[in-house]
Amino acid sequence: MYSKIMVPVDLAHLKVLEPSLQAVTDLARHYQTEVCYVGVTSSAPSSVARTPQEYQQKLEAFAQQQATAHGQPVSAHTISSSDPVADLDDLLIKAIDDVGADLVVMLTHPPKHLDVIMPSHGGKIATHTDASVFLIRPPRS
Amino acid sequence: MDNDSRDERAKEAEPSEGVPAPEGPANLIDTDYVIGQDNLATDKLGFSIDLHGKVFTISALVTVFFVVLTLALQDQVEPLFTAVRDWLTANLDWFFLLAGNVFVLLCLALIVSPLGKVRIGGMHAKPDFSYSGWFAMLFAAGMGIGLMFYGVSEPMSHFGAAMGGTTVEDGVRTDWAPLGAAADDPAAAARLGMAATIYHWGLHPWAIYAVVALALAIFSYNKGLPLTMRSIFYPLLGERVWGWPGHIVDILAVFATLFGLATSLGLGASQASAGLSFLFGVPETDATMVLLILGITAVAIVSILAGVDKGVRRLSEINMGLAILLLLFVILVGPTLMILTGFFKNLGAYAVHLLALSNPFGREDANFSQGWTAFYWAWWISWSPFVGMFIARVSRGRSVREFLIAVLLVPSLVSVLWMTAFGGTAIDQLVGDGFEGVRDATLELQLFVMLGELPLTAITSFVGIVLVVVFFITSSDSGSLVIDTITAGGKVDAPKPQRVFWAIIEGVIAIALLLGGGLAALQAMAVSTGLPFTLVLLVGCYAIVKGLMSEPRT
Repeated sequence: MYSKIMVPVDLAHLKVLEPSLQAVTDLARHYQTEVCYVGVTSSAPSSVARTPQEYQQKLEAFAQQQATAHGQPVSAHTISSSDPVADLDDLLIKAIDDVGADLVVMLTHPPKHLDVIMPSHGGKIATHTDASVFLIRPPRS
Repeated sequence: MDNDSRDERAKEAEPSEGVPAPEGPANLIDTDYVIGQDNLATDKLGFSIDLHGKVFTISALVTVFFVVLTLALQDQVEPLFTAVRDWLTANLDWFFLLAGNVFVLLCLALIVSPLGKVRIGGMHAKPDFSYSGWFAMLFAAGMGIGLMFYGVSEPMSHFGAAMGGTTVEDGVRTDWAPLGAAADDPAAAARLGMAATIYHWGLHPWAIYAVVALALAIFSYNKGLPLTMRSIFYPLLGERVWGWPGHIVDILAVFATLFGLATSLGLGASQASAGLSFLFGVPETDATMVLLILGITAVAIVSILAGVDKGVRRLSEINMGLAILLLLFVILVGPTLMILTGFFKNLGAYAVHLLALSNPFGREDANFSQGWTAFYWAWWISWSPFVGMFIARVSRGRSVREFLIAVLLVPSLVSVLWMTAFGGTAIDQLVGDGFEGVRDATLELQLFVMLGELPLTAITSFVGIVLVVVFFITSSDSGSLVIDTITAGGKVDAPKPQRVFWAIIEGVIAIALLLGGGLAALQAMAVSTGLPFTLVLLVGCYAIVKGLMSEPRT
């Protein structure tokens, strides 16, 4: 049903990504499809990497590590931006077409009042793409 | 780690897609410091924060302390802060002037030297912004607002002082004329006045910004250090830069930027309000000024949330377009031939007088060299962490030569044209037509009185007001971005609410001091930070040369 799953990841906060990564593993196995992990990094040095290349290396290493979990082909796509916090949504929306994904799986937070001013990334992306978007919320606990 | 093995590793992991282009060899500094390692991060408040614990806390406390102190003890602190500034510009004028010359000479030398070939962000880095967006942001951040206020008034001021000749009391010059003045010689006084103005708005201020911006850009994009003021000190202090010496530099940068912006916003609101009152009869009350600050802050927040590219870049381009239209209008409708020939004459006058104007020692025109030049240098330098950091942020992908030509030479030439058109027209109105309105108007109204003598006054004055307000918005926007990056330990990807927080703080300080008094006092304090930052900039010069020497150039 799906030919390529795009998974936006934030290498600085891998721990919170776990629920979505588990879902990606299950979906990739089920549909036997390629998974493309996408990371947006600042062109200035960040806590994860000091250059975009270093970020790409880390993202590729992360993708390979995920491949061992689901056994499907993987790719890594790094996007560098001078203002990643503000441009994140637009860059991810563009990346969906660039990598040719037809399903996006990403983590989001439960709705909150602040969303009126600053909408969640997942919500914004879902309204701006024709790909399917699977938003995963942290487990209720 | 040695560079070869780093390059090999980079080649092995060459991205198949995504990164615009391989960035090529650069020479990262090998440090164990991880950006953000001293940060406090939480999302338990309903939104995320990610802040450098010490820099943020101390900056916030110092800010509150100074605002409360100024509000509570206004009568005591105002003379004190003003005295500090005046003492610095009177006694250390030679130091400011000398340092300014060092910055210009370094920049000019770098343009022609082989080091100019080094590219910010690695040899194959691609620029993040187009030329038009980049220029517009350089200008808006650098001095857009100043050109609006001083474009008419400064040439007029120097012209008037030069015409008045020199006066000596007890062997000391008491006049404010530049150099030897030009008593009762309108042509010579105009040339001297324009040369002095261009000196204050040309190569020297832009060299100040260029030094900070280049040092930060090299150490961040090429050396891999965080985009924050302390990184400039790495060649001198090494790993100690991550400790208290670095904290102090960063806190001082936050202090200078925040108070510089907040007081300018407060004073600017009162000036814009005077303009609105003059043009449209809007009552010049506290309520008008507070509404102006609230409006500017609100639009700045929208712009901040939109990000650099869709916010400040777009606003800067709009303003650049409006400013060009206004400039063309004044050139075409004003004394066209005088302005066009004046551009070259004034450039010539600048070249002729530059050496004398920039001479740090044995000056007889103390009022001018201390009260104008040294004050301006301290002011530009106190703004340099803000403007320099913002310029650094948007300049990745440019070669050092391209960067310096764009930051130093192009804005200087535009300033010459702007000053010639606006100041020259006002001088022409006075000398040619005998119109004394501009000369007699208050500083904030001189632009509008000058425009009032040209056709379509209502439209051009309205454009003038819009330009002033939008320049304030872009300043508030880019300033909040800079303060946020510094207080987040150099992280440019810290959560958005922090930027909004700083924009609100700027507005709140501006309103508090506007209503409670003390704007001028705190601005004097902010300008006084020019002294420590002159030392920072001199270190920056050393860092630039050292940093560039170790970069690949081919």
